[in-house]
Amino acid sequence: MSRPARLVLFLVAAAGVAALLVVAFLDLPPFGSPFHPYRDRAVAAAVAHATANVVGSVTFDQRGLDTLVEETILLGSVAGAAALLRPSKEERENTTVPEGGRVLEATKLTGYLLLPVTLLVGIDVVVHGHLTPGGGFQGGVLLGTAVHLLYLTGHYRALDRVRPLPVFDSGEALGAAAFAALGIAGIIAAGAFLGNILPFGTFGELLSAGTVPVFNIAVGVEVASGVIVLLAKFLEQALRVQREAVS
Amino acid sequence: MTAAIAVALAMVAITATAVVFTGDPVRQAVTLSVFGLTLSVLFLLLQAPDVALAQIGVGAAVVPLMVMLTLRRIRRHR
Repeated sequence: MSRPARLVLFLVAAAGVAALLVVAFLDLPPFGSPFHPYRDRAVAAAVAHATANVVGSVTFDQRGLDTLVEETILLGSVAGAAALLRPSKEERENTTVPEGGRVLEATKLTGYLLLPVTLLVGIDVVVHGHLTPGGGFQGGVLLGTAVHLLYLTGHYRALDRVRPLPVFDSGEALGAAAFAALGIAGIIAAGAFLGNILPFGTFGELLSAGTVPVFNIAVGVEVASGVIVLLAKFLEQALRVQREAVS
Repeated sequence: MTAAIAVALAMVAITATAVVFTGDPVRQAVTLSVFGLTLSVLFLLLQAPDVALAQIGVGAAVVPLMVMLTLRRIRRHR
């Protein structure tokens, strides 16, 4: 297709999308208006199950099935990316771990100081997911990235030692399996898949919201392991894999 | 509050445009990271702290890091 023809095709399509968007936006309730039918129902349902973080209640209690599918997509994407990043036939993996290059002292210091803080914040975000903003996914991403502060300080070797990959491979699978197992436990105990089967407890307490904190921990383990495995495969490709000379 | 949201929206628009107009992919990973940060500020102002937290982790850290590592791998074999 010639360049002018492509441009005409794009402009026609863009005009169509723009017209549809304008029509759709005109029918939306005004920005910042108090009319929120879904919020009213979700907040009431969250309070009934003693879950202070309504978003946590929606993700793990009211719409647990959506989250199960999301976690499965994450598991599949990590597995797919890991499969694609395997060393291919004409590549081989260096057994010696490369030394880090020169790193500024200030960067090293910041990395060492932030590592324990980030790990602690990550655990906090996972454990309090049913009380304050955050949860298994957010905390899991924090935990997964925290470990890589070691790489930023220039110690790929140290990073390689603190994260034995087989452990995190199974951690990811275990987290996903725990999610599904909790769902099946819901069928057995409450007659509904992913039903909230544990006692709700007191609103705002650490042990409240029934199964929501358990889901948060399962997702936290899965996401943290997933991020670590994914970044490990990228790091391996970037630092360790050598392409053999083409003969 | 509305003014703060307007400023955050403008920042998102500016940084997003900067990402599009950054030619070199290495620099683009950095502008993408900044764009992720401004987006998380917008989410926070729109009272969605859960989404803001996820956005900081994924948009400002994991994705730019993956882009950087991929570029490093590609360049090493040129």
